[in-house]
Amino acid sequence: MSSPREVTDATFESDVVGSDLPVLVDFWAPWCGPCRMVAPLVDELSDEYAGKVNFFKMNTDENPAVPSKFGIRSIPTLLIFKGGELQGSIVGFRPKSELKKRLEEALV
Amino acid sequence: MQDLDIAIVGAGGAGLTSAIYTGRARRRTAVFERLMTGGQIATTDIVENYPGFPQGVNGFDLAQLMLQQAEKFGAQVVYEGVESLERTSDDRFVIHTAVETYRARAVIVTAGADYAKLGVPGEAELVGRGVSYCGTCDGAFFQGQEVAVIGGGDSALDEGLFVTRFASKVHVIHRRDQLRASALLRDRAFANPRMDFTWNTVVERIDGSSQVERIQLRNTVTGEASSMAISGVFVFIGQVPNSHILKGLVELDGGGHALVDQGMRTAIPGLFVAGDVRTGAARQLVSACGDGATAAISAEHYLAERWPGGE
Repeated sequence: MSSPREVTDATFESDVVGSDLPVLVDFWAPWCGPCRMVAPLVDELSDEYAGKVNFFKMNTDENPAVPSKFGIRSIPTLLIFKGGELQGSIVGFRPKSELKKRLEEALV
Repeated sequence: MQDLDIAIVGAGGAGLTSAIYTGRARRRTAVFERLMTGGQIATTDIVENYPGFPQGVNGFDLAQLMLQQAEKFGAQVVYEGVESLERTSDDRFVIHTAVETYRARAVIVTAGADYAKLGVPGEAELVGRGVSYCGTCDGAFFQGQEVAVIGGGDSALDEGLFVTRFASKVHVIHRRDQLRASALLRDRAFANPRMDFTWNTVVERIDGSSQVERIQLRNTVTGEASSMAISGVFVFIGQVPNSHILKGLVELDGGGHALVDQGMRTAIPGLFVAGDVRTGAARQLVSACGDGATAAISAEHYLAERWPGGE
């Protein structure tokens, strides 16, 4: 069972921008109810896409720099990167089928 | 095709309460949910007016407890949005989701309501980039910044007060010259030094290239235009009932709410509507739950009468 790893402001560059595989980052905070609903869906996706996509979670309370750099003003937000470039973003709670569709689109 | 006794459309307070009752009545129950269990309550920070919680309760946590309670009594929650509903000649209902088709003997529609949008230029483009419909979800991203809250009801003040924990100023912009919100929330809002009120004013446009930067306003009395520099716009101007699957099946009022009797029965036998999607709802969690219980009891009576032997 593969599950998302923590990424911080300090490790974002090496873990996400420098990743060989495409990356999905789940921006969340402990006080955010919808984030708690998204988390298990992201866990399932990280299992399904193990070896194809790297999954990370970033706590926006503890890491202000990266969310601010990407203009995140609402969580949950999922950002998808490929070759260090932003390929797609999903704002707010969405059903798993849609997350999967958007991830597939960004991977093309 | 999966056969159910009762299909419940929407897993908010009304739907989960219905499911607790129909589950306890040993009816095969499925609750269909397109987004989040709890519905509107799932994004409410503190619910202070639901009986039994004198200290208030977090909306998400309360919704999870209701979900556990419904599941404990055998209801199944299916995370699929219902796209259409038909009644067949054998008095059953066919429920189409994006994924599958189900058949049920009775249906309780508790699909709730979505927040209304302003419908002004810039709004759709800047959602998640400063435009928000949930203060408790997004308030923390406006630390030390000025934001606007649009609306004058309980939601506007409740969410606006929450956002004052982060924002340096919360400008409440309301199209009338007085608030519709309850006295308690009005008192709190007027006493809060970070809350500021702009009366008789509507939003005409939201400006910003990659993030919200400014809103264009118009005074409804003088007609005068003005503009306000802010980084966030929180919109709380009411609700739109999720009644699209009921169109053509039951009569809707001018606002799109379904007409029901006191037992939450529609004109179609076996079809019940409860909570914010019905006409005349008080739009409170406790009344939605009450509606859900009423609808479940009516549905139980209907099933016992229509299929007395079970089959």
